[in-house]
Amino acid sequence: MSLTDKDKATVKALWAKIQKSADAIGADALYRLFTVYPQSKIYFSHWSDLGPNSSSVKAHGKKVMGGVALAVSKIDDLTRGLLELSEQHAFQLRVDPANFKLLSHCILVVIATMYPQDLSPEVHVCLDKFLANLALALSERYR
Amino acid sequence: MVEWTDQERTIISGIFASLDYDDIGPKSLSRCLIVYPWTQRYFGAFGNLYNAEAIKSNPNIAEHGKTVLHGLDRALKNMDNIKATYADLSVLHSEKLHVDPDNFKLLSDCLTIVIAAKMGSAFTAETQAAFQKFLAVVVSALGRQYH
Repeated sequence: MSLTDKDKATVKALWAKIQKSADAIGADALYRLFTVYPQSKIYFSHWSDLGPNSSSVKAHGKKVMGGVALAVSKIDDLTRGLLELSEQHAFQLRVDPANFKLLSHCILVVIATMYPQDLSPEVHVCLDKFLANLALALSERYR
Repeated sequence: MVEWTDQERTIISGIFASLDYDDIGPKSLSRCLIVYPWTQRYFGAFGNLYNAEAIKSNPNIAEHGKTVLHGLDRALKNMDNIKATYADLSVLHSEKLHVDPDNFKLLSDCLTIVIAAKMGSAFTAETQAAFQKFLAVVVSALGRQYH
């Protein structure tokens, strides 16, 4: 399910609109991940505060969305563009790739709550495909 | 048996109490057919599904969206025995409709997004957790009679 030119254009247009809220989207998505899928918290056992106002959660949400921004800029070759991040996730973080799908869903939910008019079904399918391809690129170096 | 906290029961009944079935039902089903186009396989007799516009304006899909959403009412009324409540619907989806049970999750994800868009910031993380738990239990019950 690779990205068509239309998918890429749609994702870039949406990103242009929402990127000013990227930090807030990231923090909210991460907190939702922990709340809706508590098993995801195992990767953050070193944090003392996983609440909605936690500075760790906010900072990390910002970092994650930085990764999404990078992916948007490398949308024509996600595998190569995300190679370093993939190595980090594969060899250091060792996050089970199943979690990428869970976070992607939470990102979609946050965008739906913040930009309901912009996440039409036509845009939703493009963004869903983008996030799936992002996750795939992130899993590239795992084995 | 699934345990529900009082808070979860309140959240879930609250969502359904203010739910516009005639709006949310069609939106959820049409979104599912657009975002996951392979789900269109079950709707060959429903008319024009050629593109997103056609799906969104298809009256058969709209009507069916309402039917499916009202199907959740059973769970709402029987939250302490959802498994038994959906036994016959599970048989129907398996034996007669031949729906891949993986598709139930796809529809429930679309429903979640539609409700999130409707409720905005009121769709908090805790609300999302309760609602997704509810849908997961229904999805599980619907898949139970497959063999």
